[in-house]
Amino acid sequence: MGMEGIGARVARKEDKRFITGKGKYTDDMVVPGMKQAHFVRSPHAHAKIVSIDTSAAEKMPGVIGILNGAQLSEDAIGNIICGWMIHSKDGSPMNMGVWRPLAQDTVRYVGDAIAIVVADTKAQARDAAEAVVIEYETLPVVTSAVDALKDGAPQLHANAPGNLIYDWEIGDAAATDAAIAAAAHVTEMKIINNRLVPNPMEPRAALGVYDEGEDHYTLWTTSQNPHVARLVLSAFYNVAPENKLRVIAPDVGGGFGSKIYIYPEEIVCLWASKRTGVPVKWNCDRTEAFLTDAHGRDHVSTVKMAFDANNRITGFKVDTIANLGAYMSLFSSSVPTYLYATLLSGQYNIPAIHANVRTVYTNTVPVDAYRGAGRPEATYLLERTMETAARELGVTPAELRRTNFIREFPHQTPVIMCYDAGDYEASLSAAMKASDYDGFPARKAEAKSRGKLRGIGMSCYIEACGIAPSAAVGSLGAGVGLWESAEVRVNAVGTVEVLTGSHSHGQGHETTFAQLVAGRFGVGIDSVSIVHGDTDKVQMGMGTYGSRSGAVGMSAVVKALDKVEAKAKKIAAHLMEADESDIVIENGELKVAGTDKSVPWFQMALAAYTAHNLPEGMEPGLKEGAFYDPSNFTFPAGCYICEVEVDPDTGKTEIVQFVAADDFGKIINPMIVEGQVHGGLAQGIGQALLEGAHYDPDSGQLLTASYMDYTMPRADDLPSFQVSTTETVCPSNPLGIKGCGEAGAIGSPPALINAITDAIGNNDLTMPATSQRVWAALASAR
Amino acid sequence: MATVSMTVNGRSVSGQCEDRTLLVQFIRENLGLTGTHVGCDTSQCGACVVHVDGKAVKSCTMLAAQADGSEVMTIEGLASGGELHPVQAAFREHHGLQCGFCTPGMIMSAVDMIKRHGGQLDEKTVRAELEGNICRCTGYHNIVKAVLDAASKMGDGARIAAE
Repeated sequence: MGMEGIGARVARKEDKRFITGKGKYTDDMVVPGMKQAHFVRSPHAHAKIVSIDTSAAEKMPGVIGILNGAQLSEDAIGNIICGWMIHSKDGSPMNMGVWRPLAQDTVRYVGDAIAIVVADTKAQARDAAEAVVIEYETLPVVTSAVDALKDGAPQLHANAPGNLIYDWEIGDAAATDAAIAAAAHVTEMKIINNRLVPNPMEPRAALGVYDEGEDHYTLWTTSQNPHVARLVLSAFYNVAPENKLRVIAPDVGGGFGSKIYIYPEEIVCLWASKRTGVPVKWNCDRTEAFLTDAHGRDHVSTVKMAFDANNRITGFKVDTIANLGAYMSLFSSSVPTYLYATLLSGQYNIPAIHANVRTVYTNTVPVDAYRGAGRPEATYLLERTMETAARELGVTPAELRRTNFIREFPHQTPVIMCYDAGDYEASLSAAMKASDYDGFPARKAEAKSRGKLRGIGMSCYIEACGIAPSAAVGSLGAGVGLWESAEVRVNAVGTVEVLTGSHSHGQGHETTFAQLVAGRFGVGIDSVSIVHGDTDKVQMGMGTYGSRSGAVGMSAVVKALDKVEAKAKKIAAHLMEADESDIVIENGELKVAGTDKSVPWFQMALAAYTAHNLPEGMEPGLKEGAFYDPSNFTFPAGCYICEVEVDPDTGKTEIVQFVAADDFGKIINPMIVEGQVHGGLAQGIGQALLEGAHYDPDSGQLLTASYMDYTMPRADDLPSFQVSTTETVCPSNPLGIKGCGEAGAIGSPPALINAITDAIGNNDLTMPATSQRVWAALASAR
Repeated sequence: MATVSMTVNGRSVSGQCEDRTLLVQFIRENLGLTGTHVGCDTSQCGACVVHVDGKAVKSCTMLAAQADGSEVMTIEGLASGGELHPVQAAFREHHGLQCGFCTPGMIMSAVDMIKRHGGQLDEKTVRAELEGNICRCTGYHNIVKAVLDAASKMGDGARIAAE
């Protein structure tokens, strides 16, 4: 590695603008003639719309236009779709209910958009929205997925009887049942995975601009994948054809999955710009974000894990009910199926697995992928069950895991995945050493002397990142391919531009992608610019989610760099009258190996563009593109160990130590990887200790719709983390990268709950483990 | 409508705004200083922190009219003469930011914190003092490191200079 190449701890290039207040987010954008939008939303969780009266609102100061679903239908704007087809076990396709960008006949959750008001100022738009009179006929409400499946429950969509979206299964039911019947021990649990609100700090925003002269649309939006937004807006929502639509996702203030989807507001702002004849900007407030951003998790599961007399797992049976909310969001169907049940083998050799998943409509905002997406839910089941089983079997948690670790690779699980590489013993040992696991009894005794209950818990997680290859995910129902594109442009002065279909919204691509080029060609990272987030600049891409930018996005860059390097060497060989196989690139020079002959990088680049002296038949210029479609998922894995102290008088939990040992394969920038782990841990700890979305079951009102009611992790809720990495190289991509974006959120919740339940001696504890819940669990254990 | 005048980042500014206009709206929309962000609307997240007459204030909790005649400093005014403030430099050095959205408020709060405590900050105090600034990306680990490092580099002189 060089000073700025692969593996270097380089400070981020993009920081300069963020620390000086010069970042440019969607809501910072101003265009001439721009007006402001506010959405009229349903205050009811389930109701018929009887009438909409905008006459008074239209006369309010500053109002330019008020548009509703009827006009949207006049212009044939399409229904919002779910892009991943899942079939029930009886072969029938999933029951996708109609989702209009502006509700016309029925509203199905509090916050469902009904109309858009466009006015000169935000305040005027908001005032006028309050003057829109809508008459509703309220309908019965159901917010819990379990309740929605019961006889007599309110019905949300006519084509989904019993509110059932699909009833899906994976694995071998008979073999799993047989393993349970023959088991020496069976651990059974009912496990709830609490509903979360993603809460990137930048609320969603959109600025739609219609140019009548060119019949062209531009959308600035808070998106993790602007090209997918353009594709869907064109192909399904019928707003504009792709060649007439430019989507720009500028600086984006976090996503965590919630900015993957194309929401009603983006569609409507773009469409409304043509309808009203003015550029239309909408910026979400935080309560709107709570009400309308796709939520995460919300599973209720029962599990049975069977063991033989030697404590080896012989079968794992899971039944899950997943709440998908009022409508099917873009990738919602894939989360509780292929992103979840395919990970139910964890790090363990399990001969028989069966999972049944029912997804359900309720009168809540749609649920979709949130950091980890399915994998945290799978890991939580496995790692809570393993810790519980260890307690029941009277062995240490580490011993039970070691007994069952997969130790040979490749390993085919019974649930599709083929793990390519890993060393689970290495991460377990590293975490136990870093946490001084053996010293825990002494620390527990010391805590007891202070009146505190100390507990320790571990979690050994695996995840699958860089979903791929495209043909395989297509066969499983995905409506898109999951490759990535890159283009490398070497300018005539030797500076480099890398165009990528990945999108950075905090991940630091402007630095890490530049490190690839710096390492390869010996040019400084300041000479390398990363271009992303604009469909007019980058031809096509699949965006950033599922920890895919390293394993897939960077691999596409590597493929393009390979082509650039080959041509650069040909040019240099020609200039020096040498054989191209003798050319090496070192420290910004192309050298003839074993001689003192060299050509500076910039001189080679200039030669490519002057084209005065190129090899016979070579095209001028130095620019290469590549598409990369991986051959397999990647499989990051690791071990987290958490130590807590509980105050028995108050139930208050303090995390006194949190150790993470992750295997992410090769690492481009350790500083950035550590930061990703820290952030993931905070979100996982948030889920386990603090966060939970609560709907009132009778009214369907979201009770946790602001930061006064939904507990975001604050600095004083969290410890400093001890993070480290082990390394097995991923064999399925050229850099050996596995991905690091979600691990922290996946592995940490069970470690924390295992620690608290260890401390209080009661295993019956539901996330979030608030002081009240911990105190109650302690009381019932006494 | 009211006419509001103040000094922002050393420049005298004035503008017309509705009486209900918040200071953050005046800064962002009237002055075009978009480094100050709005993340929550309920004065919880701290993305909008600026300094008003030398003290950290959530600019979403204050009307523009209330800042009439005040000295306001936003994130854009913190670096001087092209030189980053030590807190800005420490955030970069310690990777105390990812998406950058909470960062301006976080830095303005940290500068205020160091002014009040000088170089005497410890981790527990920094974490407690950051209670009013929410970050969703970093888990605060590197933010705390950055604040502690900046405080130690600025030393006790930081507090004296502020008094």
